[in-house]
Amino acid sequence: MDTCADEREMPSVYHYLRQNKKFPTVWCPGCGIGIVLKAIIRAVADLGLDKDKVAMVSGIGCSGRMAAYVDFNTLHTTHGRALSFATGLKLAKPEMKVIVVMGDGDAMAIGGNHFIHTAARNMDIAAIVINNLTYGLTRGQYSPTTPFGSVAATAPYGSIDQPFDICKTAEAAGATFVARSVVTYVLEAEKFIARAIDKKGFSVVEIMSNCHTYFGRSNQKATALQMMNWLKDITVPASAKAEEKAGKLERGIFVDKELPDYLEHYKEVVRKAQEMREKEIHHDHS
Amino acid sequence: MIQGNEACAEGAVAAGLCFFAGYPITPSTEIAEVLSEKLPVLGRTFIQMEDEIASMAAIIGASIGGCKAMTATSGPGFSLMQENIGFACAAEIPCVVVNVQRMGPSTGQPTSPAQGDLMQARWGTHGDHPIIVLYPSSVKEAFNLTVKAFNFSEKYRTPVILLMDEVVAHMREKVDIPAPDKLEIFERVKPTCQPEEYFPFGDAENGVPPLANFGEGYRFHITGLLHDKMGFPTLRADEILAWYERVFRKINSNLEDILLYEDVMIEDAEYAIIACGISARSARAAVRQARAAGKKLGMVKLLTITPFPDKHINEIASKVKNILVPELNFGQLILDVQRAAKGQCEVNGLNRVDGEIITPGQILERMGLKN
Ligand SMILES: Cc1ncc(C[n+]2csc(CCOP(=O)(O)OP(=O)(O)O)c2C)c(N)n1
Ligand code: SF4
Repeated sequence: MDTCADEREMPSVYHYLRQNKKFPTVWCPGCGIGIVLKAIIRAVADLGLDKDKVAMVSGIGCSGRMAAYVDFNTLHTTHGRALSFATGLKLAKPEMKVIVVMGDGDAMAIGGNHFIHTAARNMDIAAIVINNLTYGLTRGQYSPTTPFGSVAATAPYGSIDQPFDICKTAEAAGATFVARSVVTYVLEAEKFIARAIDKKGFSVVEIMSNCHTYFGRSNQKATALQMMNWLKDITVPASAKAEEKAGKLERGIFVDKELPDYLEHYKEVVRKAQEMREKEIHHDHS
Repeated sequence: MIQGNEACAEGAVAAGLCFFAGYPITPSTEIAEVLSEKLPVLGRTFIQMEDEIASMAAIIGASIGGCKAMTATSGPGFSLMQENIGFACAAEIPCVVVNVQRMGPSTGQPTSPAQGDLMQARWGTHGDHPIIVLYPSSVKEAFNLTVKAFNFSEKYRTPVILLMDEVVAHMREKVDIPAPDKLEIFERVKPTCQPEEYFPFGDAENGVPPLANFGEGYRFHITGLLHDKMGFPTLRADEILAWYERVFRKINSNLEDILLYEDVMIEDAEYAIIACGISARSARAAVRQARAAGKKLGMVKLLTITPFPDKHINEIASKVKNILVPELNFGQLILDVQRAAKGQCEVNGLNRVDGEIITPGQILERMGLKN
C-alpha cells in the first residue's frame, strides 16, 4: 500500500476500498461506474470523513454493486428502494453521512416515487445517480432516461418514451443541491459529489456514464471510448452560451440552497410534543 | 379500556420501539395515529412514508442503525411490503410488521373481520425462508404479543409478523399495562470481538450471529443477495447451503421458546378445536358450553401460528375422536393441522367468509355436540 507509485492519490483510494473483497469488480472493462466509485472515494477522502461514520446504500443494478467494494457501512438494498432504506438509517443514526448510489432505473423508474418524496422531505442524504441511459444489469432494456428513438433490448424499433430529466425532477421535487456531470469530467464529478455529501439536506448528483456493452452496442457506440466521447458531445457546461446549449444537456450545479432538513423539523416536533406533555402533567397535578 | 390497535402501539412502546414508519390503511391506522403522538414525546421517531414499500424499507434501515422498528398495515399494504420483508429475512434484520387483516383479496372489505392472510404471512415473500407469525385473540394479547414480537425479532434476528383480526384491533377491553420493570425485554446481541474478527452472518451457538449497528466501528456489508458469513454475495454452493441451514436452524432449534399456545381442557378431551384469533374466543365459549353439558370438548388456542406446533397437535390428534378448525377463510390453518395430525383423527373445517364471526353455537353444531 505504501509502495505505490503515485504517493499523492493511491493511498487514499486504497484506504477506502475493502481489503477483504475480491477484485476485479463485476463491471465490464471500461464501464463508467468504476470512475464514479473513484470520484466518490476521493470526495470522501477530500472531506476527511471517518469511514465508520459513512454509509453507502445502493439499489439493484450494475451501479448497486458498488457498495460491496467500499470500506464503509454498506447496504445493498432492493431495486428502487435504496432511498427509503437510507431514510430509516439516517433517522436512526443522524450523525452518519449517508450516500445513496442508484442507477437511472432505480432512481427514476421503480424508485421514482421514493426519489421525489425523499427530495420533498429534504432528507439529509447525498443521492448519486449513475445515468447510463439503460438498464445495465438486466442487459440493456430501455430506461426512463433512454433518449427518444434509441434502440434497446425491449425497444428494437426505437424507444418512444420521452426521457426524464433527472436534475429537473430533483429540482422540482425540492432537492436543495442538484448537479450533473459526466464520467469524462472526473474532477468536476468529484467536486459535485463532495459538495453533495458535505451539504445538509437532500442532494442529487447525476453522473452520466457509459454502458457501452448494452446501450452503446445497440446505438453505434460499441466501445467505452466511443460512448464516452458521445456523452461529451451531447453535454455542455451550464455556463455555455445559449446557442451552444441547443439540444444538449447541461453540466453544472443547478440548485444550491439552504433549507432546514427533515431532522431539523423533526426536532421541532419532539420539542412541541414534549412541551404539550409537560403542560398536561402540570395540569393533572394542579 | 383500550382498543386492540392501541394495545399494540402501547406494547411496541413498552418493548422499546424507537422507529415507526407507515402508510395509513384501515383497519390498522390507529396504530400509526397513536404512535405519531407518543413517539415524539419520548424523543423517538415516527414517520409517514409515501407507501408501504418505503415504510418497510425504512424500518429495515432504522433497525440496521440500531433502532427497534415497526410498521403496521392491512392487506393491500401487506402485499406491497412482501419484497422488503424478504430482504429482512435474507439479511436477518430484526423488525416487526403488524397486519390487521381485512376481508377479501384486493381492496376487499376494509372494515369486516377475516382471517385470510395466514398463508401470506407465512409465505408472502418469494423464496424459501423462515419467519415467525404471532396471532393475538384479545386486546391484552395484542399488548403481550407485540412485546413478544419485538423480543423474538431481536433474539432471532428475523422479521416477526403480528397478524390481527379487525375485531380484535377495534374492540375495547381492559388491559393492565405492566410496569416497565415487570416486562421481560430482550435486547439485541451485539458483537464484542475485534472488527476484523466479526462475521455478521457467521454461525453462533443458537444459529444467531450478533448484529452490529451501522456507524459503531464494525464496517460490514448487507445485501439481499445470498451471501457468505461476511455478508458478501456468493455463488458457492457450500456457503449458500450453510446460510439456509443456519437460518432454518435458528428457528427450528428454538421451538420451545417460540411456540406459544394455550391448552384449554385438552387433558381428557374427546373432541378438540384448534383455533387462533377471534375464532379462538368463540371456541373457548363453545368449550365452556359443551363442558357444562358434560361433553368432553377441549381446545388449543394458537398464539404462534408460524412455526407450527406440529408435535403438540400430533399428540392431541392421537387422543381425540376429531378436531375442528374454525376460521374466517376457506381453509388455511386447517392445512397445518391436517399435516400435523397425520391422519390419526378426523380433521374438519368450519369456514365463514361473510364478514361475521363464527359463533360458539355454530362450532357445537358442526361438531355434533349441540344439545
Ligand atoms: C422488483 C424488481 N424488478 C426488477 C428487477 C430486475 N432488475 C434488476 S436491475 C434492473 C435495472 C437496472 O437498471 P438501473 O437501475 O438503471 O441500474 P444499472 O444496472 O444500469 O446500473 C432491473 C429491472 C429487480 N431486481 N427487482
Ligand atoms: S453492463 Fe453496462 S453498466 Fe453494467 S457493468 Fe457493463 S458497461 Fe457497466
